[in-house]
Amino acid sequence: MKVKVLFFANLREQLGTGVEVVDVPDSASTVAGLRLHLMQRGGAWQEVLADMKVVRVAVNQDMAAATAPLNHGDEVAFFPPVTGG
Amino acid sequence: MKVSVQQEDFDLGLEVLDIQEDNRVGAVASFVGQVRDVPMTLEHYPGMTENAIKKIVEEARAQWQILDYTVVHRYGELQVNDQIVLVAIASSHRADAFAACQFIMDFLKTQAPFWKKEHHPEGDRWVNALEADDQAAERWRKLKQQRLLKP
Repeated sequence: MKVKVLFFANLREQLGTGVEVVDVPDSASTVAGLRLHLMQRGGAWQEVLADMKVVRVAVNQDMAAATAPLNHGDEVAFFPPVTGG
Repeated sequence: MKVSVQQEDFDLGLEVLDIQEDNRVGAVASFVGQVRDVPMTLEHYPGMTENAIKKIVEEARAQWQILDYTVVHRYGELQVNDQIVLVAIASSHRADAFAACQFIMDFLKTQAPFWKKEHHPEGDRWVNALEADDQAAERWRKLKQQRLLKP
């Protein structure tokens, strides 16, 4: 199953990528599963995505919880707490 | 009824003119946020940003009478004193206009996907989310729990 993954702000900078298509094993088809899948890459991935207090997730441009299911073609974004306004 | 996420500056006077035409409008409340202390770059999540703001406005419309509104939020490079955000609400009476304006700003701060990176002389720094901003949004949620606002 393929999903489009986006990173914003300091996550984008620390991971060195803003967007990529990720092949997610069917066994990991939730937000939490995708996160663990990415963390297994080690290095900055392990470090940056470990602290869920500072990582927010949106699925198809809606804020999503860790338990949210993922489907083929979904757009999943990881970012820090927002600071606009 | 306008939500705009843009790089360009905005003109408060013109934006207010646009929403005060309806004969039933008796009050317009507006808020402008601007850059203080140091220049910054504002990053956003195109697409989600507009939708998140529209959702907040819809929540406000369920609580208060809003005859017309404009929300503008800028992104990109901004200098000290540059305008960042505008929320303007037209209503029949001031209480609705004031409350809706504050509600929208409070949730925009915690729900709309924008991130500020400040450019300090000693280097760049991503702004940390403030506990106070979460508390401002939480206050409205408590009012809902206490049935002082519609659920």
